[in-house]
Amino acid sequence: MSNVATIAPEPKNAVPETPLTRRIFGSEAVMDALVSEGVDTIFGYPGGAIMPIYDALYDYGAQVQHILVRHEQGGIHAAQGYARASGKTGVVFATSGPGATNLVTGLADALIDSTPVVCITGQVFAHLLGTDAFQEVDVINITMPVTKWNCQVTDACEIPAALAKAFYIARSGRPGPVLVDISKNAQLQPFDYEGYVPCHHIRSYRPKPIVRKEYIEQAAALINAAERPFVLFGQGVILGNAEREFREFIEKSGIPAAWTILGAGALPSNHPLNVGMLGMHGNYGPNVLTNECDVLIAVGMRFDDRVTGRLDRYAKQARVIHLDIDPAEIDKNVKSTVPVWGDCKETLPMLTRLTQARSHPDWLARFRQHDAQEMEVVIHDELNPAGETLTMGEVIRIVNELTGGDAIIVTDVGQHQMVACRYARFNGTRSNITSGGLGTMGFALPAAIGAKLGAPNRTVIAIAGDGGIQMTIQELGAIQQFGVEVKILILNNQFLGMVRQWQQLFHDRRYSFVNITSPDYVKVADGYGIPGCSISRRDELTGAIRAMLDAPGAYLLEVMVGKENNVFPMVPQGCGVAEIRLK
Amino acid sequence: MKNEFTISVYTENQVGLLNRIAIIFSRRKINIESLNTSPSEVAGIHRFTIVINETEDVVRKLARQIEKQVEVLRAFYNAADEIVWQELALYKVPTDEITEKVKVERLLREHGARAVVIRKDYTVFETTGHREETDRLVKVLEPYGLIEFVRSARVAIIKASSGFHELLQDFEQREPGEEATENEYLAENQRVFAM
Repeated sequence: MSNVATIAPEPKNAVPETPLTRRIFGSEAVMDALVSEGVDTIFGYPGGAIMPIYDALYDYGAQVQHILVRHEQGGIHAAQGYARASGKTGVVFATSGPGATNLVTGLADALIDSTPVVCITGQVFAHLLGTDAFQEVDVINITMPVTKWNCQVTDACEIPAALAKAFYIARSGRPGPVLVDISKNAQLQPFDYEGYVPCHHIRSYRPKPIVRKEYIEQAAALINAAERPFVLFGQGVILGNAEREFREFIEKSGIPAAWTILGAGALPSNHPLNVGMLGMHGNYGPNVLTNECDVLIAVGMRFDDRVTGRLDRYAKQARVIHLDIDPAEIDKNVKSTVPVWGDCKETLPMLTRLTQARSHPDWLARFRQHDAQEMEVVIHDELNPAGETLTMGEVIRIVNELTGGDAIIVTDVGQHQMVACRYARFNGTRSNITSGGLGTMGFALPAAIGAKLGAPNRTVIAIAGDGGIQMTIQELGAIQQFGVEVKILILNNQFLGMVRQWQQLFHDRRYSFVNITSPDYVKVADGYGIPGCSISRRDELTGAIRAMLDAPGAYLLEVMVGKENNVFPMVPQGCGVAEIRLK
Repeated sequence: MKNEFTISVYTENQVGLLNRIAIIFSRRKINIESLNTSPSEVAGIHRFTIVINETEDVVRKLARQIEKQVEVLRAFYNAADEIVWQELALYKVPTDEITEKVKVERLLREHGARAVVIRKDYTVFETTGHREETDRLVKVLEPYGLIEFVRSARVAIIKASSGFHELLQDFEQREPGEEATENEYLAENQRVFAM
């Protein structure tokens, strides 16, 4: 048999041949690639091995703003926030060695939360690779499990194609972080540059399939016959820019829809079919009724263990339709009856067309009955507490009242995150930015910097606990230096609250190393030239939040809240979703 | 129930891809019984042959995680009866022991072995076959002072496969053809990604 198949067909959009090349340095090729990809913001930190790229960046001040973060982890979280708020790809520069290893947490976070980020790291000269040279680290192998793709470039000629591939892979299919490691000699090397050619196809990479109609038909048949259908939606709806398509689908089919933490905002909070949040600290109805629906339609979500609880008690009665762009997610955790592999921007309209216009008033009423129970036992007291101490929930309620639900809420990880996601109102998409899959404390402050730069016309509020804020508080420096208008809201309960809650409930109140002290945040902010205020009384609350929102620039507000408040409802670990506890 | 599965992976020839594939197993604490990389029937396309003992459900998920890697074209998995496979083994034995105590000719014939090198001090035999066959010769040679033994990774041919030439053409197209989509992911007769 001959090997004819190895001869690649002519790419359909090949660039016309041009004899014009110019002789440039590898570092200039990096900058030209970024500008050609429409990059306007870079988060980074210079160092020895990336100096030639920074030298090239020096000439691009008019086209590209560079935010000098205070730690590379802050840089990549900022790029994540930028990507999540803007829908564009975040870009990070870091040097070799420690610069590169400091990216690892952010890469892992971006991978599990499907955030498109391109990281460019400097590397030692190619002839020094493997010699334990100064600031040499095997960044390719270190980052392999936490990147969608990565590659090392040691020859300037490879730079344009490597970056074209990087951007294409980061944003296409299920988005994710990529890393391109460029040795210093490649940055310094002059070569004949033919111009930047964007990448649109990699033969071994199939970002999205042609949708199989028979599965759409099977799915529609199941939905049309369903008595108690239930939709779960995740960030896939946002990443696919399919918010409108999603809305049309549920409005026509009349199906109640609940969201994962990363799906929040894809459907406005006040939509009549929005029945709330799924998962461990989600709403009562969606969790309980997961085990009573007859058809479960999952759209762009991956059945994380924090959503499903015990899998052998999860929706066993239901037939499952799973729409996802990543085939590895289908049947990974929950076996589907009908798999719909594809981009939900395409699959949802196909499904809507075949779905009968229906409503499910009795079924929807079941959700509202559970809501009423949850309101009585949990929500009312959380939002309108009778006691003297402030609750996190009432802070969020005031934020809602004053922003009207138009702000971008960037949360850290822990109790405040659950409270904020449960109670914050989102009028529109790309409004909730949080570290969902990895649960990265320290995410909020840097991510909020990126979010503000990615959506400059929106109010951005970073909500963090007293634990998480101290993990990346150095980024107040970046906020100060670049005048980023981030509203910082610290909910201080003087504990690592979520761990304390678990110790209380499951470890017999043995509070092991969860009481954490804080600096005087207002003084710290003041040191950075950022105005701030700390309050602990209810009568100060509305005024303080208003002052924060009305301040012309960045502002830090610390609210002292009850020390030992717990987040409820809660599906305890190892329990099924129907075993959710209201108290 | 855990069974032996052979995973065949068609990939680009890329530095570091071996590691990317290996960590999919090590992350899940799955031991790789055998791993071979080689060229495939298509020039420029590499083929990994990986043997593991796992349940089919786990193997299916692993195959999808492998296929998810950007430089992987396809991953197929097959049970033992769906493939033709061989392993190669080498045995080093003292020559005098062999010539004095054993009829070399009989040994060669019974075990399908072949003498690769015959020196005054030692002889190297080679056999190919299934694990039991190569193991059997170890047993036979042990009493005669087996000096060294080594066995290669498994190589396997999928009985039902029609090769990768046509599939590759579809991969090279910007949009996959109808046929590629038919074969992709959900087709019943192709075990990869069969739902």
